[in-house]
Amino acid sequence: MSSLTKQQESKKWYLSKIDPFLEHLNSDKNTCVKEFRDLGLEKMNKLDFPTLKDEEWKYTNISPILQHNFEPALLTALQETDEKEVAKHLFKDFDFHKIVFVNGVFNSDLSSLGELPSGVAAGNLRSLIHSHPEIVKEYLNKNSDDDNFFNAMNSACTYDGFALYVPEGKHVEKPFQLLFLNGNSSVKVLSQPRNLLVLGGRSSAKVIASYQGLGSNEYLSNIVTEIYLGEEAVLDFYKVQNESVNAFHINKTQAFQSRGSVFSHYSISFGSKIARNDINSVLKGTNCECNLYGIYLSNEQQHIDNHTFVDHASPNCVSNELYKGILDDESRGVFNGKIMVRKDAQKTNAYQSNKSVLLSGTARIDTKPQLEIYADDVRCTHGATIGQLDETSLFYLRSRGISSEIAKSMLIRAFAFDVIDSVKIPEIREQIHTLIFEHLHREIIKND
Amino acid sequence: MLKIVNLHAEVEGKPILKGINLEINKGEVHAIMGPNGSGKSTLANVLSGNENYQVTEGEIWYEGHNMLDLSPEDRAREGVFLAFQYPVEIPGISNATLLKTAINEIRKHNGMDDISPKDFLAKMREKGQILGMNDLLINRSVNSGFSGGEKKRNEILQLLMLEPKLALLDETDSGLDIDALKIVSTGVNSFRSSENAVLLVTHYQRLLNYIVPDFVHVLSNGKILKSGGKELALKLEDQGYDWINKAELETESV
Repeated sequence: MSSLTKQQESKKWYLSKIDPFLEHLNSDKNTCVKEFRDLGLEKMNKLDFPTLKDEEWKYTNISPILQHNFEPALLTALQETDEKEVAKHLFKDFDFHKIVFVNGVFNSDLSSLGELPSGVAAGNLRSLIHSHPEIVKEYLNKNSDDDNFFNAMNSACTYDGFALYVPEGKHVEKPFQLLFLNGNSSVKVLSQPRNLLVLGGRSSAKVIASYQGLGSNEYLSNIVTEIYLGEEAVLDFYKVQNESVNAFHINKTQAFQSRGSVFSHYSISFGSKIARNDINSVLKGTNCECNLYGIYLSNEQQHIDNHTFVDHASPNCVSNELYKGILDDESRGVFNGKIMVRKDAQKTNAYQSNKSVLLSGTARIDTKPQLEIYADDVRCTHGATIGQLDETSLFYLRSRGISSEIAKSMLIRAFAFDVIDSVKIPEIREQIHTLIFEHLHREIIKND
Repeated sequence: MLKIVNLHAEVEGKPILKGINLEINKGEVHAIMGPNGSGKSTLANVLSGNENYQVTEGEIWYEGHNMLDLSPEDRAREGVFLAFQYPVEIPGISNATLLKTAINEIRKHNGMDDISPKDFLAKMREKGQILGMNDLLINRSVNSGFSGGEKKRNEILQLLMLEPKLALLDETDSGLDIDALKIVSTGVNSFRSSENAVLLVTHYQRLLNYIVPDFVHVLSNGKILKSGGKELALKLEDQGYDWINKAELETESV
C-alpha cells in the first residue's frame, strides 16, 4: 500500500475534525444551516487541496500550510484578549459600530453595536440564524460555489461570522468596523468565519473588516464572505488583511449584484506568510457598477495572491479595477484578474489595471489579466506594469537633503496614492498609510 | 565657496564635460550659457550628485569639502540646491510634507532640533507670498498636475524654504511666459545675499535681464570657451553662439 501524500493526510485530518466539531455545537447543531454544512462536507470529501497543477493555483504553493494540523477554534481553549488589545487594532477617529470576533467566534463583551436604523439586523451569523432563519435560508450559500477544499471546509463548519441584513430603503450611515482577531498562543488554531451581508433594494452600508493577528503562533484563517446587493443597493467594503507573520490567510468574497447596485471592494493586504484572496462579483442585473481596488505590500518571504473575477452577466454595467503591489525582499505576489463578458452583456465597460513595484532584485510578481469576451459591443481595457521606483524622482528627493530610505517611503506612498485616495472614509486613509510605513519601518531595521 | 578644477564627466560612456575650470565666491551670481548639448545641464547635475553622470577626471571643492565624496543628500545638507529643469511630480506627497521633511533632515545634519510647526507655517506663508503662491498650492501634491510655470515657481519656493548656500538653477526660465519669468526672478533675487551664491544655467539671455549676473561663461562642447561680465550675454543675444564656435575652431587649428 502506498503511503498517503501530504495533501491526503491533511484532508484526512480536517475530515476527522468534523464530527467533534458538530458534537460541540449542541443547540446550534440542527438549525437551518445544517443542510449547508452537510453539502460542505460532501464537497470536502469530493475535493482535494489545490496544487500547483491547478490553473487557479499555479503560482501559489500551499504546502507550507499543510505542514501544520490546525485545530478548529471551537475545539480549543478560548484565547484571552481584552479591550486594550482590541483598541490597538482598530481604525480610530470616527464613529462606527464595533463588532469583534476572536478566532472567528463573536465576542459580545468586546463589541459595541450601538443604535441601528429600524429593521436592520447586524452582529453575528449565529444570532441571525436564530432571529432571521428565513433570511439565512434564502441567501446563505446561494451564490457562492465551494470552489476548492478550503471553501468547502468553511461551509462544512458554518457556525459564526459577521451577519448584516439591511431592509429595503434603509441606510446605515456609520460604518461597521469588524475586527477579527486571530491566533492562539497554546494551539495552532483554525479560524473559519462565515460572513453574510444582505442589502435590500435602495439600501446602503459601509463595512471595514480587519483580520489581525494575536501573537506569533501559526494559525490559519479560512474565510468565506457572501454579499447580496438588491436593486440600487450601495456597499463599500474594506477588507484589511494584517495577520501575523506566521499566519496563513485564505479568503473568498463572493458578491451578487442586482440591477443598478454599486459594489466597491477595497483589499488592503499587509500581513501573513501566505495569503490568498479571491474577490468575485457577478453583475447579474443591468446598470451595475463594480469597483475593485487593491493594495498589497509584502516583504521577507511573504506570498500574497490576489485573484479577482468580475462576471458581466448583464448589459450596460461598468467595472473598474485597480490593484497595486509593493514587493520587497524575497516576497512574491500574484495578480490574476479575470473579466468575463457574457453573450448578453452588451455595452459593458470594463477597466482593469495592475501595477507593481519591486523594491528588491529578488522580489517577484506574476500578473495575469484574463479576459473572456462573448459580446461584441463592449469596451474592455486592461494593463499591467512592473517596475522599480523611479530613479529621477529618487534623486529629486535626495537632492533636497532627504535620505534615500525616507525618499523611497515617499515614492511608495506616491505609488499607492490613487488606491488609498479612493478610500471614502477620509479618517482611515492616513491610518492605512501608517500601516504601510510600519511595514516599511520593519524593513529599515532589518537592513541595518 | 566652489572651485571646479579640470572637470571631466560622461553620461552612459559618452564624454560631455571636457575640462571645466570655474571658481565661485559667496555673493556672486554666475551664468552659464551655451547652445543645446554643450553640457550646461550636465554641469548642474554633476554638482548636485546625480549618479547618472560619472566624473572621470578633475576635482570639485565646496566649502573645504571634496564634493565628489558626498552623496546627493549630504551635498544638499551642506547647502547645495538644484532647481530642476524638469521638476518631478510626486502625487500623494504634499509640498508641505516634502519641505518639512527636507528642512528637518538638513537641520538634523547641522545639529539642530526640528522646526516647530508654527515657524514652518509662517515661513511657508512668507516665502509663498513672494512667489504669489497661496496655501492651496502649497498643500497640493508636489508638482502633481502643475503647469510648467507652476512647477518652476515651486522649485523657487523650495529654494527659498531650504535657504542653501549654493543655488544651481537649471534652465529655470525655459517654458515660462514673461509674467512667470518676472515672478521667478523676484524669488531668486530675494534669495541673493552676500553669504550665498547662484549658478544659473540658461540658453537665453532673457532671464539675465531680471537676474543680473556678475559673471557670464560660455560653454560649448564641454568646455568654457569664454568668460566675461554681463555684457557678454548681450553679445550672445545679438550674434548668437556662432562666433564663439568659430573662435573655437580657430583655437583648435592653432
